[in-house]
Amino acid sequence: MLLRVVWRRVTAALTAAPRSKSGAPIRGLRLRVVDHAPQSAIPSDTVPAPEAEPVLRPLYMDVQATTPLDPRVLDAMLPYLVNYYGNPHSRTHAYGWESEAAMEHARQQVASLIGADPREIIFTSGATESNNIAIKGVARFYKSRKKHLITTQTEHKCVLDSCRSLEAEGFQVTYLPVQKSGIINLKELEAAIQPDTSLVSVMTVNNEIGVKQPIAEIGRICSSRKVYFHTDAAQAVGKIPLDVNDMKIDLMSISGHKIYGPKAERLTQKIMKSLPDVVMNGDPEHHYPGCINLSFAYVEGESLLMALKDVALSSGSACTSASLEPSYVLRAIGTDEDLAHSSIRFGIGRFTTEEEVDYTVEKCIQHVKRLREMSPLWEMVQDGIDLKSIKWTQH
Amino acid sequence: MAASSRAQVLDLYRAMLRESKHFSAYNYRTYAVRRIRDAFRENKNVEDPVEIQTLVNKAKRDLEIIRRQVLIGQLYSTDKLVIEKQEEPRT
Repeated sequence: MLLRVVWRRVTAALTAAPRSKSGAPIRGLRLRVVDHAPQSAIPSDTVPAPEAEPVLRPLYMDVQATTPLDPRVLDAMLPYLVNYYGNPHSRTHAYGWESEAAMEHARQQVASLIGADPREIIFTSGATESNNIAIKGVARFYKSRKKHLITTQTEHKCVLDSCRSLEAEGFQVTYLPVQKSGIINLKELEAAIQPDTSLVSVMTVNNEIGVKQPIAEIGRICSSRKVYFHTDAAQAVGKIPLDVNDMKIDLMSISGHKIYGPKAERLTQKIMKSLPDVVMNGDPEHHYPGCINLSFAYVEGESLLMALKDVALSSGSACTSASLEPSYVLRAIGTDEDLAHSSIRFGIGRFTTEEEVDYTVEKCIQHVKRLREMSPLWEMVQDGIDLKSIKWTQH
Repeated sequence: MAASSRAQVLDLYRAMLRESKHFSAYNYRTYAVRRIRDAFRENKNVEDPVEIQTLVNKAKRDLEIIRRQVLIGQLYSTDKLVIEKQEEPRT
C-alpha cells in the first residue's frame, strides 16, 4: 500500500503542480499513512490529533551557526550515498576508483577557491578539528626550539582552548587585544613576535561581529619574520576573495557547512533609522556584510530573542549560546556590560530574501519598542536621568 | 547539432523558472528563481556560438538538478515559513 502511494505521488509530482486532491499542502509520505496534525517529516508515534492549525516555521537568520544545504550540493553528493559507495582508498576496483575520482575533484574545487595546490588540501571533520591540528601540530612540531604562540582575544573557542591546552604543556601564548573596531593593532603584533615564536593565528572574519582582519598585512609581517601564519577562515571562504599565496597564509581552516551574497545594508539601515540607542558592534568598514551584531540599549538580549520567536537568531555564537556570560568577543572590543547583554546577531546568506529581512526588521522594531516601554531604565532615560549617575543601594 | 537558437534559450529559461516554482522550500524556491533570472540576464549579450552552447548545456544540466531536487524536497516537505502566504482554509 505504501509503495503504491509513493509511486502515485512520484508520478504526480513529475507531471503536475504539487497539489493533493483535497487542496491541502503536501506534507510528505507520512501524512498519507497516518492522518494527524501537520508536523515536520520526523516520524512520531503520538495519537493522531484532529487537523489543527499548521505550525509555521521561523525564518532562518543564523547563517553563522550553519547554512542551508544548497540543492546543487545535495544533488552532487547523493549518488555517492546511494550507488557509488566505494571507499576511495580501495585501489583494486571500480567502486574505489569512482569514489577516489570524486574526492580528488572536490579537492581540486576547494584548492581553486583559495588559490592553493590540491596537494595542500586535507579533509577533516570541520574547522574545529582543522584548528586543533594546525595550532597543536605546528606548536608541538617545533617545540624543541620554539615555545611561543600568538593569537587574538576574539578567536573562536576551539582556537582559544587549543592555546590554553598548549599552555598547560609548557608553551607561552600571547593573546593580542583588539581595538574598539574589533581589528588587531598591527604594531602590537609586530612587537609581540619573539625569536622563539612558531605560529600566529588570526581569524579572517569573526563569527560574532563579522569584522574582517587585515589578513594580507598580517601574512606579510609573519612571512618577513619567518613565523607561520594560520587563519581560521570558516566564516570567510566562498564569501570574500581569498588567495593563500597572495596573502602569505601558511595554514587555513575551512568549514564545509559554512561555505556558501546579502541584503545586510537594508537591515542595518532600516533598524537604526527607526530605533534610537542601537549600537553596531564591530568596524563598519572592515566588515563582512552578512554578519551583523547589534546592541539594543535598555533591552535584555535573551528576552528580545524570545520575543522574536518567528525568526531564528542568536546572541553570541552557537558554541557559547548555552552559557549566561556575555560574549568574550564583545568584552574584547570594549563593549559595556549592559550593552553586551543586549546584543543580537543577524546572519544573512545566499538564500535570504528581501522579504525575510523586511519581516525581521519589522518584528525587531516592534518588540524593541514594546520591551523598552516596560523598562524602568528606559523611563528614567526618557526623563533625562543619566543612568551612570545613579547610586544603586543594596538592601 | 545546430547551434542553439534564441527560441531554444527562451524555452529553457521558461522551463527552468517553471520547474523552480515547484520547490516546496521557500528559500530554495526564491533563490532558484532569482539566480536563474540573474544568470540569463548576465549572459544575454554573449555572441560566440561555442560559448552559447556551453552555457545552454550547463543550463540543461541545471534543469535536471532542479527537477530532482524539487522532487526530493517534496518527499521531505514540512511546514511553511511564517511569511509564506497560507492557502485558503477549507470551510
